[in-house]
Amino acid sequence: MTGTALRWLRANLFSSWLNTLLTLLIVWGLAGVIPALLHWAVTDAVFSAGDSRLCRGASGACWAFIGEKYRLILFGTYPYDQQWRPLLAVLVIIALFVASCDRRLWRRWLLPLWLGAAALVGGLMWGGALGLEFVENRLWGGLPLTLILSVIGLVVAFPLAVLLALGRRSELPMVRALSVAYIELIRGVPLVSLLFMAAVMLPMFLPAGVTIDKLLRAQIAFILFAAAYLAEVVRGGLQAIPRGQYEAADALGLGYWQKMGRVILPQALALAIPPIVNTVISFFKDTSLVIIIGLLDLLGTAKSAIADPNWHGFYRESYLFIALIYWVFCFSLSRYSQWLERDLKRGHQR
Amino acid sequence: MSAPLMSAPPPRESLRDSGLADPRTRAILLQVLVVAGVVACGWFLVGNTLDNLSRRSIATGFGFLERPASFAIGESLISYSAADSYGRAVLVGLLNTLKVTAIAIVFSTLFGIALGVARLSANWLVAKLAAAYVELVRNVPVLLQLFLWYAVITESLPGPRQALHPFPGAFLCNRGLMLPGLAEHPVWPAVALAFGIAIIGALALRRFGRAGWGGALIAGLPLAVWLGFGAPLAFSLPELRGFNFQGGVSFSPELSSLLLGLVFYTSAYIAEIVRGGILAVSRGQVEAGLALGLSRAQVLRLVVLPQALRVIVPPLASEYHKLAKNSSLAVAIGFPDVVSVLNTVVNQTGQAIEGVALIMAVFLVISCGISLLMNWYNRRVALVER
Repeated sequence: MTGTALRWLRANLFSSWLNTLLTLLIVWGLAGVIPALLHWAVTDAVFSAGDSRLCRGASGACWAFIGEKYRLILFGTYPYDQQWRPLLAVLVIIALFVASCDRRLWRRWLLPLWLGAAALVGGLMWGGALGLEFVENRLWGGLPLTLILSVIGLVVAFPLAVLLALGRRSELPMVRALSVAYIELIRGVPLVSLLFMAAVMLPMFLPAGVTIDKLLRAQIAFILFAAAYLAEVVRGGLQAIPRGQYEAADALGLGYWQKMGRVILPQALALAIPPIVNTVISFFKDTSLVIIIGLLDLLGTAKSAIADPNWHGFYRESYLFIALIYWVFCFSLSRYSQWLERDLKRGHQR
Repeated sequence: MSAPLMSAPPPRESLRDSGLADPRTRAILLQVLVVAGVVACGWFLVGNTLDNLSRRSIATGFGFLERPASFAIGESLISYSAADSYGRAVLVGLLNTLKVTAIAIVFSTLFGIALGVARLSANWLVAKLAAAYVELVRNVPVLLQLFLWYAVITESLPGPRQALHPFPGAFLCNRGLMLPGLAEHPVWPAVALAFGIAIIGALALRRFGRAGWGGALIAGLPLAVWLGFGAPLAFSLPELRGFNFQGGVSFSPELSSLLLGLVFYTSAYIAEIVRGGILAVSRGQVEAGLALGLSRAQVLRLVVLPQALRVIVPPLASEYHKLAKNSSLAVAIGFPDVVSVLNTVVNQTGQAIEGVALIMAVFLVISCGISLLMNWYNRRVALVER
């Protein structure tokens, strides 16, 4: 046992004098950093305190700040006694993500599942029926807002993206030109400018007297944005389908929509799923940009929590807390995408 | 599946009679419909917009660029004051965007390559640490990282009087990072101009098959200009005067945190691209190199990297595009990049359409520049077959 351990150490940490030097340097560095981090995060940290005075005296982290503010960070300004509703909405969305990972559900249940969940989340958040108090979406914030922006954005953008990808591969020159123009225009500019445009210009595009609220404007910007990026991913899947499949569908006498819907798209979308998941991850991270146009998503609420003069200066705790939330979502999605890629590849090799 | 195969589609009499059976007719009809739909939508939106603009009495066109901007900009590469025009303000923002993008591209590439190689290190600790870094940084929004860096610099670093002093001439405090720099002198713009001319000259020489002279030209011409000015060399060191530092090269907290956030975030992605490129080189190539008696470092430099670059360069180019677009997050921490300046301009003048058109034009030009450079480099590293 000690023999194998020693051999492992020799092979992986001390294989040459350079490696030995690197190992020793890193161990020396870690020996400095890890105890300091542990002191800050655990031993010297304050876990509960009525106000910030106890924290200001301590040299470690002030987790009491999170204890005080976690409901503001997670749910924003949603009415305090009604916050079980956004909590439930978050759980519904997480359950939806988990259920969508099961490939047995993909064929028939995915679309009704997502539509149903979207309706349920909307009902929970808005209320106004079944004895639930109506909460206008100006008050929404935190994690539910981040998740809603991503989920609704993806659900609406996906069919648009498929149409755009088909348009870009179409044989009709005008349709192709319009699709290419749309995709390249959106992908060419930063999301920040799209959000500004939605915030400032969308009201100008509409007839006088018609107004739409800020959340919907941001949501529209996200849909337009996600559609262009997803379209490129779907196009990648379409391009990977061999010509023979198109020709076989033509030979069977299928029309365009039958050919695409029954033969090409089912194969192309299956191929495109791992990159789609990667797009979903970056899209989820990008929802944090709504703070720039003044919406309080998870990042916005974390920022507003540290703006409280009584608790000023605990930015590390606040940002680390939400970084952990973002990280858990993104990391599990990326692990799922890697597993899926291997799993789908195995199916192809057989 | 078998049922649709057996039953052939029923003959569509009605279609054939109406002349729609001809695919070309249908194609033209469909396109006319699509274009008409888009034009109708556009008409509706443009009509509304013009309506709204005239109601708020906002003139269309780019004439506003000549009016005085009357707002200050914190950082600028060229001289600028609030009395200057909107056009010059936008130019200041554009130069700031270009500066951030260029610096961030250089550092994230260097750091990303180091990380990518480290992930494949034979040393277990090095490989795991690099992997942990990549997984940590990639899965947290870049905007959150920017805010964190900004807060670290402005709230946790000491004031100018107690500034950290990492090495002689450098200071780090809540006013940013100050480094020693070259003193201002008319020779430096001239040298930069000479450098640019030399690069163009070297490219021209390459066309005429005298590539060997290109390097000499690039090194020689700026040097000759510098010597021609009498070889002036004076450094400017940052010094504490009053409440802040004067002299040297200073990076404001906004610029420093923007650069830190962008470099750390992008380098994690570049590390993955580099790792993928190196893994794409077959093991036989490494073994063949080792069998020839090359050292591991030589194998990496002479055998693996030239082949890996073919896989690395195309995704690297799109990573640079992403970085250039991400530089617009500057608006969230108050660094005056082109998007943030134009946002101020739009808020003041109400010229939203022109503002967005300018943003699009700027990023189109930056994207084209990156594409041109990367395509040129890609042609150089691409496999030349027969």
